[in-house]
Amino acid sequence: MIYSSIGYYALIFGLSISLPIFFFSIKNFRGNEIFDSKIISFSFTQFLLVVVSFLCLIMSFVFSDFSNETVFNNSHTTKPLFYKISGTWGNHEGSLLLWLLVLNLFVFIFLLKSRNLPKKYRILTVLFQQIIIIGFFIFLIDSSNPFNYVFPTPSEGLGLNPILQDPALAIHPPVLYLGYVGSSIIFSSALAATCINFITKTWATHIKEWVLISWIFLTLGILLGSIWAYYELGWGGFWFWDPVENVSLMPWLALTTLLHCVLVLEKRSTLTSWVIILSITTFTLSMCGTFLVRSGILNSVHTFANDPERGLFILSFLFLLLVISLFIFFTFHKSDKRGIISFSLFSKETSILINNWLMMYFLSVVLIGTLYPIFLDVISSEQISVGPPFYHKLIIPILIPFLIFMAISTQLKWIKFELDGKIYLIVFFVISLIISYFILDNFGNNLLINIVLIGSAFYLFLVTVRDFLKTKIQNFSQNLSHFGFSLLILSILFNNIFSSEIITNLKVGETFKNEKFEIEFRNLKKFEKQNYISYKGYFLIKENQTKEKLEPELRVYNQPNIITSEADIKTTFLSDKFITINTVQNEEYFNVRYLVKPFMLWIWISVILISLGGTISLFKKKSL
Amino acid sequence: MKRRIISLLIISFFLFVFIIFYQSLNKSSFYKPKSKIKDIPQFVAKSLSSQEEISSKKIFYEDKYYLLNIWASWCVPCRDEHPILVGLSKNKQLEIIGLNYKDNLSNAQKFLNELGNPYRIILIDKDGTKAIEWGAFGVPETFLIFKNKIVKKFIGPLDQSLLNEIEQIIK
Amino acid sequence: MKIFKIIFIILIIFYFSPLKANEIELQNKITKNLRCLVCQGQSIYDSDSEFAISLKLLVQNKINQGWSDKQIYNFLTDKYGEWILYDPKLNKNTYFLWFFPILILLFGGVIVLKKFNKH
Repeated sequence: MIYSSIGYYALIFGLSISLPIFFFSIKNFRGNEIFDSKIISFSFTQFLLVVVSFLCLIMSFVFSDFSNETVFNNSHTTKPLFYKISGTWGNHEGSLLLWLLVLNLFVFIFLLKSRNLPKKYRILTVLFQQIIIIGFFIFLIDSSNPFNYVFPTPSEGLGLNPILQDPALAIHPPVLYLGYVGSSIIFSSALAATCINFITKTWATHIKEWVLISWIFLTLGILLGSIWAYYELGWGGFWFWDPVENVSLMPWLALTTLLHCVLVLEKRSTLTSWVIILSITTFTLSMCGTFLVRSGILNSVHTFANDPERGLFILSFLFLLLVISLFIFFTFHKSDKRGIISFSLFSKETSILINNWLMMYFLSVVLIGTLYPIFLDVISSEQISVGPPFYHKLIIPILIPFLIFMAISTQLKWIKFELDGKIYLIVFFVISLIISYFILDNFGNNLLINIVLIGSAFYLFLVTVRDFLKTKIQNFSQNLSHFGFSLLILSILFNNIFSSEIITNLKVGETFKNEKFEIEFRNLKKFEKQNYISYKGYFLIKENQTKEKLEPELRVYNQPNIITSEADIKTTFLSDKFITINTVQNEEYFNVRYLVKPFMLWIWISVILISLGGTISLFKKKSL
Repeated sequence: MKRRIISLLIISFFLFVFIIFYQSLNKSSFYKPKSKIKDIPQFVAKSLSSQEEISSKKIFYEDKYYLLNIWASWCVPCRDEHPILVGLSKNKQLEIIGLNYKDNLSNAQKFLNELGNPYRIILIDKDGTKAIEWGAFGVPETFLIFKNKIVKKFIGPLDQSLLNEIEQIIK
Repeated sequence: MKIFKIIFIILIIFYFSPLKANEIELQNKITKNLRCLVCQGQSIYDSDSEFAISLKLLVQNKINQGWSDKQIYNFLTDKYGEWILYDPKLNKNTYFLWFFPILILLFGGVIVLKKFNKH
């Protein structure tokens, strides 16, 4: 009980700290003194108060304090401790509190790391960030209070969906939010820099760190979500073009583009407009994502709370931020036409422009695909669905030139046209197409589009491998990320093309047979566990010469009353073997799904490599 | 000047987007399928009582109103609406046909023994495909039919107000 | 430049060449494209709800009767509306959906090219 009070008043108090922050910031901005350290102290105080509030919520969950409405709705005494704690941010109110926490944390870290930068820039960043922080405070306290009371105190909570009791899903929100909220600092600081004409090389070097941090966490956050979906949702997929997934992909696309633009800005002091617009876009997309997921507009597996009132607040707040940022851009930004920065048609700058162009295309495809059904429904009351076929048809053809440009661009130089190793580039291209043709033809799949697609991915792969062997350490991190990306595309393509699946109905004791596989349903055993009853199926799979034992499980939970299907997955570097069972209404047999998914592990590894490239780049800067 | 125009355009664009999103907040995200089909499907099904196959042509041929009710013994809302159907079966202008959906036959019989049988004929849909022919996707769903055309479709259990509506139409 | 155009055209032609598929592949392809009405954001292929199981069976029956995928899609959209298809049909409702991204691509390309006509 006491935790709820402390937590709530910590929030109120934290909101009130905005006043001194504003006061001292504006005073310092106008005056001539150096940066006022009181601003840092107050930011830290505000941060501390939010930490206190967050800890109080965690304590309420740990101690199963059901007088707290959030705890009551989302927890249960029999939940294991780890999931009681992670349940804190697994709900709408708690996750917003986490957002607020990271907002405050990042602005505080920003102040600590920007000591050498202009005073006015620092103050403006604090002010813009503070506007966002105030918005979240008000939103929390007014409509999403994590510390509401329930009276009389219930003896038991409503429990949490067992599907959500999973380690990957427990860490997924914090990691993802670090990415989303990182973009808030980029947003605030880009606006601040625009106001005082500070979009320069120095600023680019400084902001690059933040872009990298945000980008790394966003990449890993998306990875965790996909891994969880693969293991838990039971049908071997890891990306469904579900609106909530798209909503995390869009800021990632914008952020990746921003990263490249910041690199150009740092080296060549150009593309300033791109940098500002992308900074605004990334944060807007992050906030938009928050809105869409929580407002009840979307029909999806993932959606959170459905409360239109909350949606309205976020929408208005977002619109306000957008108007402010556009106003600042159009009023203060002077485009870099003054010092003519010229570069040849075939230079690195061009390739980054092309990268921007294609990335923005991908972004628009995902954006339009996700939002169009909403617009159509409102305007004409027609309801349609936009699913994977749409995205595949529009993205895959353009992915081919994208991969090829990616391969060539790393060989280009700044400013002028000088292509390193032209012979290699041409030879590799031909080799890639040949390899790809042979692989696909061997498996009876010779659609030209597939050949060229795999060929392009191979091309990027070969070029980046060769770059590793060139012993030029300077671009190692970039090369690693690009290599990781080529590996990702290759793994996804092979996974897609060479997956096989068998869906059949079997009773205990029965066997399924075809030319390639034999699936024997040997036994079914019942076990009683802490908060569920488990039915384990024992299967023997024979494929060519190999035998594999797999044990999928059905779990019957009592709180809440659902049945989940837990897949058994045998992972090797070559492929995953994946099996699930499901009950069928009124029948004695079970529906059995057996899937062979090649290269799944490589999909995860390649994303880790991509983010590793970014991480290395981050730490390299520090050592200089 | 050019900047002003562009910025104004952009802001009005976002205002438009904002309004659309605001409107969408009040709409339900749950989909209610809208069917264009007005004609009843033609199908063949087994009857519960006689286990012999009957064609739909032989059921709906008369010049009166028919009510096709899709139900199952395992469906809780079906229990709630059943008394209304029993009451409605007394109305001479209307004939109620049942479609038993994905059910165990003895459970279905027990259901009828317990709550009454308002159906002139009960057809069996063991695998659920016949219900799909009608454009249904769950239980209970009810169709008001006249002259081989679907007059009205009811998704979910019937209640007093829907009962009144039906009685109004068939007058 | 010309080489690119030729490759592009060849790609387009082969891109739309039909997939050779046996019946199970066809059934999977169709059911992956159908949206489950009673689930939140799952395809019929993925879902294990009662409706999905019945619909999978119905699709199988229709394929055995010789129906093409277009016929099955039309059959189902007549009963359940366009919403049940994941691949939006190209009609007056969806012109914007399909063409606007392509417009953006072309528009972006023009902007990039313009940058170099200046030099």
